[in-house]
Amino acid sequence: LVLVAELLFWPALVAYGEAAVAYGADARRPGLAGRLATWGVRVGWLAQTGLLTVQAARAEGFPWTSWAAALNLFVWLVIGVYLIWGCRTRYRLLGLAVMPLAVGLFVLARAGGGTGAGTEPHLSNLFLVLHVGLLLAAFAGFMLAAALAALYLFQERRLKRREASILRLPAPSLAALDGFAARTIAVSFPALTLGIAVGLARLAGSGGSFDAVIAATLATWLAYGCFVVLRYGLSWRGRRAAHLALGSFALVLVVLPIGHFS
Amino acid sequence: MSLALVGISHHRAPVELRERVALDARGAEALARRLADDVGEAVCLSTCNRTELYVVGPGAHASAEAALVGLGGEEIGGALYRLRDEAAALHLFRVAAGLDSMVPGEGEILGQVRGAYERGATGLVLDRLFRQALHTGRKARTQTAIGESPASVSSAAAALAEQVFGDLRGCRILLVGAGKIGEAAARNLVARGADLAFVANRSRDRANRLASRLGGAAIPLEGTASELRSADVLVSSTGAAGVVLGRDDVASALRGRKGRPLFLIDLAVPRDLDPAIAELEGCYLYDIDDLEAVVAETLAGRRREAERAERIVAEQAERFREWQASLEVVPAIASLRARAEEIRRSELRRAEARLGRLTDAERSVVESVTAQIVNKLLHLPTVRMKQAAAAADGVLYADAVRHLFGLGEDER
Repeated sequence: LVLVAELLFWPALVAYGEAAVAYGADARRPGLAGRLATWGVRVGWLAQTGLLTVQAARAEGFPWTSWAAALNLFVWLVIGVYLIWGCRTRYRLLGLAVMPLAVGLFVLARAGGGTGAGTEPHLSNLFLVLHVGLLLAAFAGFMLAAALAALYLFQERRLKRREASILRLPAPSLAALDGFAARTIAVSFPALTLGIAVGLARLAGSGGSFDAVIAATLATWLAYGCFVVLRYGLSWRGRRAAHLALGSFALVLVVLPIGHFS
Repeated sequence: MSLALVGISHHRAPVELRERVALDARGAEALARRLADDVGEAVCLSTCNRTELYVVGPGAHASAEAALVGLGGEEIGGALYRLRDEAAALHLFRVAAGLDSMVPGEGEILGQVRGAYERGATGLVLDRLFRQALHTGRKARTQTAIGESPASVSSAAAALAEQVFGDLRGCRILLVGAGKIGEAAARNLVARGADLAFVANRSRDRANRLASRLGGAAIPLEGTASELRSADVLVSSTGAAGVVLGRDDVASALRGRKGRPLFLIDLAVPRDLDPAIAELEGCYLYDIDDLEAVVAETLAGRRREAERAERIVAEQAERFREWQASLEVVPAIASLRARAEEIRRSELRRAEARLGRLTDAERSVVESVTAQIVNKLLHLPTVRMKQAAAAADGVLYADAVRHLFGLGEDER
C-alpha cells in the first residue's frame, strides 16, 4: 500500500501541474489547452482520491491529522468543490487561480510527509474526526468562494474600465460569480458551524481551555455569519459582497495554519 | 464525375450586379431543378452576398454560366468565378465555415448552405459535398472561436449585458429614443431573452409604434429617470443636443435597486448619458466608442481564429478530393466484386452436384467460407485501388484491373 500511495501521488501531481500550466495557456489562447486543463484536474483528482483511499485503508483511525496530511485532504476538497464548476468553459479562469495554489499546497503536503500511506493516526475519536473533517470541508468551500470573489472583482474592474478585450477571454457573468460565491459560502457555513459545535462539545467534555485558535475560529464563524446575514437578509451583492468574502477568507488563512496545520 | 462551380459574390461584384442574380428560396430551387434536368445534379446557393451554382454532369460549367448570365445579363460575365472539383469543394467549405463572409465566422451562412442543400437537386456527388460542407461549418465553429465574439455594435452591447447579468431572460430594457440604432440594440437584447419594458421618446407616436412591435409601454422622455429603478439595461440613442440622464438621476434610482447592477448603453452622438454615471457602484456605462473598440478587438480575434478554421477546411477539402478520386475506381471495384461473386456462385452450383445433397447448416457453412475467401482475396486490391485513386493513379489501376480480370469483355 505504501508503494501504491507513492505510485498514485506522482500522477496526481503531474496531472494537477499539467492543468495549472494548461490553464495559463488557455488564458492566452482559449481552446484545446482549456480542455486539456479540465482533463488534468479530473485525472489528478481521481488519482488523489485513490491516494486518500489507500491512506484510509492503511490507517486504523483518521489518517489526516498531521498538518501535512490535513493539507493533502484540504487540496482534495478544494479541487473536488472546484470540479463542480471548473469543467465549464467560462469558469476556466478560476482554474488559473485555484490550480497553481493547489499544486503548491500538494507539494507542501508531500514535503511534510502527508501523502504517504505510513502516517500514524493521532485521532480516532469520532468527535475529533467530525470536527477536523467538517472544518476542512468548510474551509475548502470558503477558499473556492474567495477565488470566485476575486474573479468577480477582476471581471468587474475590466467591465468598469471598458476594456476592449473584455469579450476575448471567456469568463462567467458577474451575476453568476456573485451567486456562486454566495451559495458556496451558504453551503460551507453550516459545515463550519457544525464543526465548531463538535469541537466545543469535545472541549467542554475534556475540560480544555479557550485559546487563540478557538478565538480565531469563532471570529471566522462570525465573519461568515455576517456575510450570510448581509447577503441574504440585506441583499448585499457585487463588490461589497466580494470584499466581505475575501476579508473573511483572510481569517481562514490565519486559522488554518495555526489551528489545523500545526 | 466532374464538379463545377460558377458564382458571383461580394468580393468581385457590387450590390448592383449581385441583386440581378439574387434569388429567393423558391427561385433558387426552380433554377437548381432546371439545371439538374439538363446536366444531372445542381444546387443554387443565393444569399445577399453571393449567388453560386454547384453543378455535376456533362457540360456543367457552360450550363451554370449560361443560367447566371441569363439571369443577370452579359455584364455579370466579368464578375463570375469558375471553379472545378477540389477548388470548388474548398470554396464551399470556406463559405460554410464563414471564412468567405464579410464578417469572418458569421453564423447565418451555415443555415443558408443547409437551405440550399435541402432545396437542391442532389445526387451522389453534391449530396456528399454539401453534407461534408455542413459538417465542416459546424466543426470550424465548435473547434475554433471564430463565431463566438460579436461582430456588430448592437451584438457587442448584448454580449456585454450578458457579462453582467448572465442569462438575459427576465432582464428589463428601458429604451430611450425610438430611432433605428436603438431599436437594433433592443432587438438584439430581446432576441437573447430580455424584455423591452419601456420606450421613452419625445414623440409618443413613434414610441407607441416601436412598443407595439417589440413589446413594452411607451412613456414620455421625462419619465426615464423614474422608470430607471425597475430597469436592468438602459439603451439610449436620442438626437438630443445635451445630456438626457445625469449622474444624480441614476444615483437616486440606484437607492431602490437593492444592489442590482445597471447596464447603460449610450449609442447617441452627442452622448445622452452623463459619463460620470460610470463612477457609480454597480453601473456599467458603454458609449459608442467603447462598443466600437470592443467590436474591433473581437473582429481581430475572429481573424486570428480564421487561420485555425482554414486548416480544418483544408483538411476536409482533402478528404473530399480523396473521396471524389475514389469514384474513378468504384466501377472497376464493383465489376471485380461482381465477377468474383459470379464465379463463386457458379463453382458452388457445380460442387453441389459432386458433393450430393447438403443440409441447410452445411450449405450455410460452405456459403460463409467461400464468401470469406472472396472477400479476403479482394480486400487488399480494393484498398490499394482506393489509395491509388487518392494519389491520382486511380484510372491506371482501374484499367489494369479491368484488363487483368477481363472485366466488361463479355458486354463487348
